Amino acid sequence: MPEKFDAIVIGAGMSGLAATYKMASAGLSVALIERGDYPGAKNVMGGVLYRSMMEELISEFWKEAPLQRPVVEQRFWLMDENSVVTTGYKSQEWAQEPFNCFTVFRGQFDKWFAQKCTDAGAVIVNETVVESCLKEKGRVVGVRTSRPEGDLYADVVILADGVNSLLARQLEFHREWQPGQVALAVMEELELPAEIIEERFNLDKGMGATIEIFGDGSLGLVGTGFIYTNKKHISIGVGTLLSQIIEVKARPYEMLEYLKKHPMVSPLIRNARPVEYYAHLIPEGGYRAIPKLVGDGVVVAGDAAQLVNGIHREGCNLAMTSGRLAAEAVIKAHQAGDFSAGQLSFYEESLKDSFVVEDLKKYKDTTHLLEKNPQYMNQYIPFANRAMHEMFTVDGVSKKNKQKKIMKRLFTDKSIFSVGRDVFRLIKAVK
Amino acid sequence: MKQKITEKIKKLNLDINIDNKLYLNRWKTDEDSHLNVLDNTVCAEHCPQKDCTAFCPARVYEWRDGRIMPGYEGCLECGACRIGCPNGNIQWRYPRGGYGVQFKLA
Ligand SMILES: Cc1cc2nc3c(=O)[nH]c(=O)nc-3n(C[C@H](O)[C@H](O)[C@H](O)COP(=O)(O)OP(=O)(O)OC[C@H]3O[C@@H](n4cnc5c(N)ncnc54)[C@H](O)[C@@H]3O)c2cc1C
Ligand code: SF4
Ligand code: SF4
Repeated sequence: MPEKFDAIVIGAGMSGLAATYKMASAGLSVALIERGDYPGAKNVMGGVLYRSMMEELISEFWKEAPLQRPVVEQRFWLMDENSVVTTGYKSQEWAQEPFNCFTVFRGQFDKWFAQKCTDAGAVIVNETVVESCLKEKGRVVGVRTSRPEGDLYADVVILADGVNSLLARQLEFHREWQPGQVALAVMEELELPAEIIEERFNLDKGMGATIEIFGDGSLGLVGTGFIYTNKKHISIGVGTLLSQIIEVKARPYEMLEYLKKHPMVSPLIRNARPVEYYAHLIPEGGYRAIPKLVGDGVVVAGDAAQLVNGIHREGCNLAMTSGRLAAEAVIKAHQAGDFSAGQLSFYEESLKDSFVVEDLKKYKDTTHLLEKNPQYMNQYIPFANRAMHEMFTVDGVSKKNKQKKIMKRLFTDKSIFSVGRDVFRLIKAVK
Repeated sequence: MKQKITEKIKKLNLDINIDNKLYLNRWKTDEDSHLNVLDNTVCAEHCPQKDCTAFCPARVYEWRDGRIMPGYEGCLECGACRIGCPNGNIQWRYPRGGYGVQFKLA
């Protein structure tokens, strides 16, 4: 192993793997350091991997990568205690190449992606915690690992160490996250035969569906419940702002159990056997929480930089894109032989021009709005359920009178102005 | 809102033994704790709610004999306690490389 690398990447998650692959493919010598036994051993997503951002790195990766199911239907549920208003979209187009997105197990996918990095020439060091960045004259020149004589040097260090972002915090790129800037998610993997999953979710063989659940799925707290279909497993989980879990003294595993027992959910997972239990944080600080991204000899990517679009449950794609853009900036710096913050700020600029920062900017106020105004989750979702109930219960009352009754109910609790204001604010926050 | 949610959960009568969930996972346990409560008098005297005993998804923290005992062996390494302790009283680091929880799926 050469003592000094062109680049060191910390964390074999989506952003770190993307950065490593890109740099190694361009001929740079790269060391990727991961604390887990293997890449993916510590990672939790449950979830949906977006094809387009992955394809910018490895074209037609779906032909060889370990994937669960191509997602052909995305459902959205507005759930109340005993009912649900559903909507969604299903497309046959998503069932064909090049696909839109896939469910994946990170325990398998990250391992595969890491092998691609090794094939491209990168050195992967597992079972190793990076404890700090090494600095000389104010610039980052390497990392100190937990191994004896574990100092490694490089021209540039990419911090892709995920949501806890301990290393960027050490460098004072940001302060400790506030409980309102992260969601705490708990999740389980439930085992079920593939045919039963396909029957219950109305799917063709091998195809997948996702359900995002708003309202009672997270007990009315700001967050979502979610159900994703894998080959022989269902991922079910709930993620809620940490600040709100603390405020109501909820226990995350009780919230998960509440969701699993919910009458709208339980038929989907009947007789399914839990096989793994997870907890992980998700960055929810949005645009305003993005830390300093670039320093002399160092850049930050992925969750470590709060790059998650919670409203659309997009994180891995932002991680991959930021990792790739970081790598491109490092490759440029390598060619110029200049690793100063000024040179590396190319990363920051290209990130700003990409969908990553544009999307985060667009939704910069949404989480905050929902946190400060519990009525969105607690009143409007139950209201929508009751309104549907009213309209679709056939009982001899004319539809016109039903409508009147619904509107009356809405405005007995609230003035027309407060409803108008809430609608206006919400539109403004997601416009 | 707080009350309503607590009632909802109570009504369900969920009697969850967290160990049943934690047993599902694979662990490689280190001898030393990676979680340390810095000052137990802060817990005893300045933290009436003892939030960590509720929000930790692995129920690592128990209030026993006048102090907080972290059962680090079952930690899922999420980081919530580091951010959520209102007194910044938890010294948090990752377990040693290769140790701790090992997920196969997800
Ligand atoms: C329950 C859940 C569901 C989600 N669902 C979706 C979804 O459906 N779609 C989506 O796009 N996104 C989803 N996300 C978000 C997505 O998982 C993240 O945005 C994405 O994984 C971020 O990638 P990353 O590389 O920045 O961080 P991570 O994937 O977390 O990787 C960080 C890596 O760094 C390692 N590491 C950390 N510190 C050190 C250190 N000091 N030394 C060595 N190694 C270290 C870790 O072990 C880890 O492997 C979900 C998240 C959660 C928690
Ligand atoms: S929340 Fe913090 S201060 Fe309170 S009991 Fe737990 S560790 Fe102690
Ligand atoms: S890191 Fe998460 S699982 Fe571990 S003790 Fe803290 S809150 Fe509990």
